[in-house]
Amino acid sequence: MHRFANPARFLRLADRLIPWCAALTLASLAVGLYGALVLAPPDYQQGEAVRIMFVHVPAAWMASAVYVLMAVASAVALIWRHPLADIAARAAAPLGAGFTLLCLVTGSLWGKPMWGTWWVWDARLTSVLVLFFLYLGYIALVNAFDDPVRGARAGAVLALVGIVNLPIIKFSVDWWNTLHQPASVFRLGGPTIDASMLWPLLTMALAFTLYFATLLLLRMRGMLHAARVRARQQAEEAGDIEASPLGLYP
Amino acid sequence: MSAFLLVVRRDLRLALRQGSDAALVLAFFVLAVVLFPLGVGPEPELLARIAAGVLWVMALLASLLSLDRLFQADYEDGSLEALLLSPLSLGALVLAKSLAHWLATGLPLLLLAPLLALLLQLDGDGFLPLALGMLLGTPTLSLIGAVGAALALGARRAGVLLSLLVLPLYIPVLIFGVAAVDQAVAGSASRPHLLMLGALLLGALALAPWAAAAALRPALE
Repeated sequence: MHRFANPARFLRLADRLIPWCAALTLASLAVGLYGALVLAPPDYQQGEAVRIMFVHVPAAWMASAVYVLMAVASAVALIWRHPLADIAARAAAPLGAGFTLLCLVTGSLWGKPMWGTWWVWDARLTSVLVLFFLYLGYIALVNAFDDPVRGARAGAVLALVGIVNLPIIKFSVDWWNTLHQPASVFRLGGPTIDASMLWPLLTMALAFTLYFATLLLLRMRGMLHAARVRARQQAEEAGDIEASPLGLYP
Repeated sequence: MSAFLLVVRRDLRLALRQGSDAALVLAFFVLAVVLFPLGVGPEPELLARIAAGVLWVMALLASLLSLDRLFQADYEDGSLEALLLSPLSLGALVLAKSLAHWLATGLPLLLLAPLLALLLQLDGDGFLPLALGMLLGTPTLSLIGAVGAALALGARRAGVLLSLLVLPLYIPVLIFGVAAVDQAVAGSASRPHLLMLGALLLGALALAPWAAAAALRPALE
């Protein structure tokens, strides 16, 4: 882990990984969408509308998984002061918020034909909405300080405080009477979903994960470069180095 | 032990000295609750249905109002750093300040709530679960609020930021508090919900001082 604490080494790794991640994302997305939209059979009860599941469920998995990643990165940042852990958490937050929003919107679009309502205040939907607000609160907190280090530390604590919501989301369909259906894939006793629907679902989940990895590396690379530019600007203002002509930085 | 009580007494004395701050919070609580019958109409059945929810949501918002001053005032004049030098650990300090905050804000809210429940035509069965629920819930609100106040210390727009941080974490307290009253009014048991509120209080007592202390340290470096 500390091998990659050197930002320059991380940047070289990121430069090599990003094209591969992007290519694999497109490939798995193509395979997954073909499987989801063409090969998978329509549901005996829901008909073609079941195909929303192939976007909704991977988005939901990513929403929770990204939050866990943020919490782990925050713990690493607080305990070991790893320099890239803060940056990883800050880079992941808007992506996680986006996945959560996608999950809520696609769920709502699926709910109207299936349940007859755009929204219901059951435990699963409410706890995912709370997750969305936790993401927004994290982003607001990290950006609310003039000193970015202070913002990152505060955000790290908030991310860890919010982790209590994750078990509630996962087990809400078991602990309460919910309209949302119980788990069909990640459950003791194995998946109950048919294989013809399971493999496109897992392929789409892989595609979403690779997409997240690509974006995360891109954002982290951008944030590291922005930090370097800021450091150079501050050094120039302090008079330590001369201004580069045309304002270009090597 | 005595250092803990000293901090509690100090904060209480400061809060009472500027009595208008605590009174403002209570005035907001009363005014906001009174707006509802004026807004939705005076039908007793409708008011009785929404009474529990209105009282709890307004208690949440009222306790939010006084939270950003929890650490801010001491931070600004340097007494927070001075308090760090005391034999009290940072977690115990947070606990002492939360206790003082609850005594100055939460306890008056809890005492006012049954009176306002009369205004909202709450059914007679609901009064005891309301009082018990608020007794268990308002300290939890103070503790979770202390975490939020510590996180937002020194931030721009700390007041609004505090609301965004703390309200999602308040939601479980709200859900169980309202459920306790509604279940009692409907004739079934409110005890499971009150027990959950007790569990939330115990969890907050154990974890919130630790989290708030972790959030305070970067501000004090």
